[in-house]
Amino acid sequence: MREVAIVGIGMTRFGELWRTSLRRLFADAALGALADAGVDRVDSIWIGNMSAGGFVDQEHLGPLLAGEIGMSGVPATRVESACASGGAALRAAWFEVASGAADLVLAAGVEKMTDGADVTSVLATAADQELEAYHGITFPGLYAMIARSHMDRFGTTEEDLSWVSVKNHRHGALNPHAQFRREVTLEQVLRSSMVAEPLRLLHCSPVSDGAAAVVLCPADRVPRAGKSRPAVRIAGSGMATASMALADRADPAHLDAVKLAAERAYAMAGVGPGQIQVAEVHDCFSIAEICCTEALGLVETGHGGRAAREGITSLGGRIPVNTSGGLKSKGHPVGATGVAQVIEIVEQLRGEAGDRQVPGAAVGLAQNMGGSGASAVVHVLRRV
Amino acid sequence: MPSPRYWREVPARLRLEAGRCAACGKVDYPRRAVCSACRSRESEPLRLTCRGRVVTSTVVHVAPAELAMEAPYAVAVVETPEQARLMLQIVDCDPRDVRPGMEVELEFRRIRSEGRAGILCYGYKGVPAG
Repeated sequence: MREVAIVGIGMTRFGELWRTSLRRLFADAALGALADAGVDRVDSIWIGNMSAGGFVDQEHLGPLLAGEIGMSGVPATRVESACASGGAALRAAWFEVASGAADLVLAAGVEKMTDGADVTSVLATAADQELEAYHGITFPGLYAMIARSHMDRFGTTEEDLSWVSVKNHRHGALNPHAQFRREVTLEQVLRSSMVAEPLRLLHCSPVSDGAAAVVLCPADRVPRAGKSRPAVRIAGSGMATASMALADRADPAHLDAVKLAAERAYAMAGVGPGQIQVAEVHDCFSIAEICCTEALGLVETGHGGRAAREGITSLGGRIPVNTSGGLKSKGHPVGATGVAQVIEIVEQLRGEAGDRQVPGAAVGLAQNMGGSGASAVVHVLRRV
Repeated sequence: MPSPRYWREVPARLRLEAGRCAACGKVDYPRRAVCSACRSRESEPLRLTCRGRVVTSTVVHVAPAELAMEAPYAVAVVETPEQARLMLQIVDCDPRDVRPGMEVELEFRRIRSEGRAGILCYGYKGVPAG
């Protein structure tokens, strides 16, 4: 397989973008990525999107969005893995370039969530409809059950959960693309309204609109525009699934799919978790960051709760996690998230992350997850 | 929910029908084509015992639109004596009292109703044991 480089990145601001449609979100991110790469067309397009059908009654995004950027004619397909759709789209694009089937490929993610659909019900379609959603469980509810399991087993506290939110908002305050560019205090998190016990509003990522896109090409054929800055390679790509229903997991606090996907990505990249210098992990709820950092091996099992409290995962800490602000502060337009995570890591490895820069970062990781952890995608990126 | 779909789900939902693997004995709820432990394709139906223990739980405060009037309500993962696990609401108690380790009995209840002239949807809910 060929080595693959990320040579262009582009994303919209995340947030409640009332004036911007699904197609315009995509176009803004895609054209940004093409401009960054210094190219005006690609051979193929992959679009991560969870549920345009549910949110805005629009399926068949491939030709719709290819046409929106003047590329009718190229192959273009939507990829769906719930909230891991963006990571899955990137993985499809990576395969296409790595295999030699195409030389210049766009991987994008987009979601338009604020056009009036019942967001809670649309998101619940990523759970098992017959066994879970039927009984009235919601996504915050599923992660709340994971949280209770973690608290029960490891003594993780509501305060630990809250420190994750405080930390990610502190990071997000530095990110011009973030939906909530402001800090929150521990007291504000602990006093916010209850969503699904023990998760409160400020333990939950928001409902967001947004899009993100990257351009991939073979590492030895980087367009001229990219030659003046450090090249970033996809060193490892891993994906895994776990049981769809939370009830079928031996230990609800253990995210098996994340662990498996990480093992595959680490093996391909030839690195271990100790070599990761910056990571974007899927903090759709604060407990998710705790369980994911453990499954990725970035912190010891059971210690995810104290990592944010003790500053281990903060900017300046041993392993900075979610320097972008994470899903919590940056926002979570579900299909776009996996691609936006990778963009943050590319900026870090290029040394372009501004106030959020992790000094000297050369190896980074992005982990994207769908459902209550049933799908997981991990990418390891390396500066060359 | 269209009525054929509701009808298809009757064995698992209304009779708590699981499958026991003929090769390794693993119980999967609902019954599946392939055993989740050993991948055997032979299984026999098994009706679950109507009691269990809470593995983990939550109290849903922000509910889907059609259940908004019932919030806050407790939902839990319950393990039956056959070691099958299923997700259920836990009712007839203060939802805050539902915790891991709690013993419950499973009772046949109405789960939801679908608008005017829609189907009344039944299934099981947990209630505190004893």
